[in-house]
Amino acid sequence: MFAYCADPNAIEGLSWLLCYLTTGKHLLLYGAVGTVVLLLAIAAPSALAFGFLGAVAARSSFLPFRWFGKIYTSMVRGVPDVIFFLFVPIALDQGFEWLRHRFKCPDWGQPVWQGNDFVVCTEAKLPLSSSPQWVHESYGFMLAALAFAVVFGAFAANVIYGAMQAVPRAQIETAEAYGMTPRQSFRRILVPQMWVYALPGLSNLWMILIKATPLLFLLGVRDIVYWARELGGLKTSAYEYPHPDWRLWYFLGLLVFYLIVTKLSEGVLARISARLSQGQATFAGEQQRRAGR
Amino acid sequence: MKKLMIATAALALTAGLAMAQTVRMGTEGAYPPYNFINDKGEVDGFERELGDELCKRAELTCEWVTTEWDGIIPNLVSGNYDTIIAGMSITAERDEVIDFTQDYIPPAASAYVALSADVDLKGGVVSAQTATIQAGYIAESGATLIEYPTPDETIAAVRNGEADAVFADKDYLAPIVAESGGSLVFAGEDIQLGGGVGMGLRESDTELKGKFDAAISAMKADGTLNTMIKKWFGEEAVIY
Repeated sequence: MFAYCADPNAIEGLSWLLCYLTTGKHLLLYGAVGTVVLLLAIAAPSALAFGFLGAVAARSSFLPFRWFGKIYTSMVRGVPDVIFFLFVPIALDQGFEWLRHRFKCPDWGQPVWQGNDFVVCTEAKLPLSSSPQWVHESYGFMLAALAFAVVFGAFAANVIYGAMQAVPRAQIETAEAYGMTPRQSFRRILVPQMWVYALPGLSNLWMILIKATPLLFLLGVRDIVYWARELGGLKTSAYEYPHPDWRLWYFLGLLVFYLIVTKLSEGVLARISARLSQGQATFAGEQQRRAGR
Repeated sequence: MKKLMIATAALALTAGLAMAQTVRMGTEGAYPPYNFINDKGEVDGFERELGDELCKRAELTCEWVTTEWDGIIPNLVSGNYDTIIAGMSITAERDEVIDFTQDYIPPAASAYVALSADVDLKGGVVSAQTATIQAGYIAESGATLIEYPTPDETIAAVRNGEADAVFADKDYLAPIVAESGGSLVFAGEDIQLGGGVGMGLRESDTELKGKFDAAISAMKADGTLNTMIKKWFGEEAVIY
């Protein structure tokens, strides 16, 4: 990166460290922070959407929807996360490939399952084996993000379901008295009021989601944990910057990184909570009113 | 809808064209000097140089992919890449699942490394990487085997006392011992394992196997392979 980094053997001390910390591989580590943030940016809203839909389905008066919502939440919540994370991407991948296989190669003579191997025709491979490396990586990442959304969506569905049940009955009754249809009272009264009840649960989930992002590593996505382990390992002089086993320091760095992220989100969540309590018929809302805010 | 169909057709067509050219080379990227990810974040090492040369000779476009050692054979079989070029020894068990080209590194020694030369290698605890021929050997030697997913962790286990010794390819261990400042030493005798290192391919890919076999033969014949082995493994390395 810097001109004086050309010969790492000739430099030492701080400039060595500076050169070391700006190698291509370290830049990949810093880039992987982006991967984690991207995962949060995709998984959090989609989990919220899954959760909202799950909660609405679970409260539906139409029986099959209700079953679907209940089964979704109780099934996903009842299975260990790690197993689910290992299961969902493989199942989704094979499911997609199987569908494409049926659609693209209807004349394929052999069975899809051959002993232990799952074999589909070359055109049905996802991604195609000829695609560049980044396509393979983003595909893996998208599957992982989807798995996160499904798992955390189930938890969010339960939280939101509870929050919807917690909105005082009197509020809905008043809406009915004003002549609002169920749809109107749902949109105007129930949804705006339920967030304040859902927030503690959702903020818990957000924290757990942040802390669960290293599961990406388990799914083969090169996240910060992968690079920390890779960079921290013993390096012989086959590398430009030989060093002993430094994994301890790299993992310590990760620890600090996660602490900073969770600390920052605690601040943001506190503000959201204050905002949502405004004018609500809750203790927090009442306190705000008394304080004249 | 029609536009969509044309776009899909065009995509399928171009994908079909590209399919004939690119060969994805799967490696581990954690086993210097065979293969490792260098400080620029690229695959480097003996096998990178060899693989690029083979692809040039066989007139193939190659792309490098890294994967965990654990899943390196399943991922080949399911088509995530087309070759394994990762210091993989040719063994009868592996040959049942995948095909190998002829060897490009002659059968080489495996060795024990420990904190002192007099550790009990037959009754002690020995670390090795999961699913390697070395792990298989230790399991039958009577010593207690601890397996680790990466080669790096097998060394760390010896340093922090979890294992009495590590058992791995001598070519991998040699630079580590040399640079340990005397804290790590070779222990016991060297042991010959495996039938040399070859490139792994799917059993159905006979055409690709033929191309690589021809390129390896050519490199053996004109001496470039020997020069490359000496460059990466030192002057004393076993050559053809």
